[in-house]
Amino acid sequence: MASRRTIPFEYPAPGAGTAALPGAGLPWLDALRAEGRRLSADGLPSTRLESWKYTSLAPLAALDFEPPAAPAEALGEADLGLDAFAAADGPLLVFVNGRLSARYSRFDALSQGLRIVGLAQGLADDPAQVETLIGGTAPLNGDPMAAFNTAFAADGCIVETEPGVDMEKPVRLRFVAAPGSEPLAYHPRVIVRLGAGSRLTLVESHEGPAEGVTWSNPFVDVQVSERAALSHVKLQVEGEGAYHTALTEAALAGEGRYESHLLALGARLARHEIHVRFDGEGARCDLRGGYLARGSQHVDNTTVINHAVPHCESREVYKGVLDDTARGVFQGRIVVRKDAQKTDGHQLSRTLLLSPKAEIDTKPELEIYADDVKCSHGATAGEPEADQLFYLRSRGLDRRTALALIVEGFMGELLDEIGDEPVRAAMAARVAEWIGEAV
Amino acid sequence: MLTIENLHATADGKPILNGLDLQVNAGEVHAVMGPNGSGKSTLSYVIAGREGYDVTEGSITYRGEDLLAMSVEERALSGVFLAFQYPVEIPGVGSATFFKTAVNAARKHRGEKEYDAMEFLKLVREKRAALGIDDGMMRRALNVGFSGGEKKRNEMLQMALLEPALAILDETDSGLDIDALKVVAGGINGMRAPERAMVVITHYQRLLDHVVPDKVHVLSGGRIVRSGGRELALELERSGYAGLGLEPSAAA
Repeated sequence: MASRRTIPFEYPAPGAGTAALPGAGLPWLDALRAEGRRLSADGLPSTRLESWKYTSLAPLAALDFEPPAAPAEALGEADLGLDAFAAADGPLLVFVNGRLSARYSRFDALSQGLRIVGLAQGLADDPAQVETLIGGTAPLNGDPMAAFNTAFAADGCIVETEPGVDMEKPVRLRFVAAPGSEPLAYHPRVIVRLGAGSRLTLVESHEGPAEGVTWSNPFVDVQVSERAALSHVKLQVEGEGAYHTALTEAALAGEGRYESHLLALGARLARHEIHVRFDGEGARCDLRGGYLARGSQHVDNTTVINHAVPHCESREVYKGVLDDTARGVFQGRIVVRKDAQKTDGHQLSRTLLLSPKAEIDTKPELEIYADDVKCSHGATAGEPEADQLFYLRSRGLDRRTALALIVEGFMGELLDEIGDEPVRAAMAARVAEWIGEAV
Repeated sequence: MLTIENLHATADGKPILNGLDLQVNAGEVHAVMGPNGSGKSTLSYVIAGREGYDVTEGSITYRGEDLLAMSVEERALSGVFLAFQYPVEIPGVGSATFFKTAVNAARKHRGEKEYDAMEFLKLVREKRAALGIDDGMMRRALNVGFSGGEKKRNEMLQMALLEPALAILDETDSGLDIDALKVVAGGINGMRAPERAMVVITHYQRLLDHVVPDKVHVLSGGRIVRSGGRELALELERSGYAGLGLEPSAAA
């Protein structure tokens, strides 16, 4: 029954065709999907729910979505748009409307110690193996968007590294909405498992046509084993009619490392939610998010870091550039359990407001139950500093060039932390492009 | 080159400059000295065009043009350079990137071909060596985490690259140890030229041991109260501002 904490939302839309989901008939999967459907039938989270206070999904709820019927293999190359990371070689998985496209994907660069399987393929070939990955993880966790993903995921992939391997080349996942079949929704499920001591860079991009209504609802489920390290890069550049509600859950074993590098430029409304849980001591996560929004775009970054064990470190830096009437949201929750002594957690949100009508809502939440911890948060928001503009202009730069340089530097500081150079350069190029158009 | 007549300026509504006159010709180096609060920095900011300062009376003429009618960047492009007392940190902006942008903006303004990366690198290498600036500093974000001395040398490098017609040096000597002072003074002396004028604003006379001015002016209460040759600076050194009948400096 829908309460006031949810917005009624019928999905798929009444009368819409229901596409057959892969693995239908597997009892464990049927049961999981039924549970997902039961929870999603409540509707979408409303702003009365504390964690959705600043982001209203009412416009999304008003739309009638169809799940994509069939894999769009007939799609032309031009429909895919430009590959932002073309310079980064390595395995590439292309998902068109949420389904893996064999035609555009490139498995040839697969290296030893790395296993990549499409989710639908995996369910056909080795359902028992997928069950061990999905069945036991209780991914619903009461999260409303994960419920939709669980109920309706038509594809996705499994990325696994063997213990000890150091993957030099990034694994890329491109999620592309093809033009012409909107309104369209898809719910890709990505499962990442890093073997002990292994290292991997994963580059996730979400793209789509400039116009057209789409809803992408990816759920990325990450487990990092002891001493393993994942660098997780995400570029979100969907079109003006897009809704993007993403959840990433990362669980870290002892001395594991998880780095998140997000650059969000697209979509009418985007929410990037990341949950990190420390399961073993000596682990560390670094969440870095950059977002640039204009027009009436809405970008929400919500993070929950769960320090369940002692001696873990978490770092968060989120930076936004908001123009016109764009709105940003940063919610950062850090929970330090009673036993998680010597926790070291820092959080920072910084926002440049390029217009008096742009707005940022920042909500830090530190819940600390241990007594020997270092935790802090900080937030700044304001116009670009007059001193900086004056200094640059006094060297002959016009106001626009000076402002562009300041904004580029502001974002560049974040992107410089990306270890893979072609990936960093591709992200920086998107920032420069945005600035060229907006500033 | 620069003619300032009866300049009155306020900052946040408070009068700071109260009828300042100054004439600087090409080829000359002028020192403007004065106690704290006499209006030295305000003078430099009004010349450069910083917001927050209102000129209520008087005029500044630069090469025959009304300087006050020009935007900040127009002043810079037409050859006015301010070396900041407190250079501003610009996070994430590489020094080299910024220098190239600034130098090419000036070249474009003059109708000259913009430098490509190689040409620019060569130019910078020549100029930075004399100031003891290494390549590592060029790769760091502009002024971010620079020591006081590094910031000032960085200002001198920008002056050398931009080759201004009129340079205003605002307390470039402050916060420098004697070795850094000599390097900076060498940078200033290297820029002295018949077609260039410089105004060296300073509280202390010690920089003037190394950069010998053609004229020295004493600023007090927002006006030039005395002008003279180099001996005026030495007199100030001996007797202090109080000896000239001026209010004692808070910092002295």
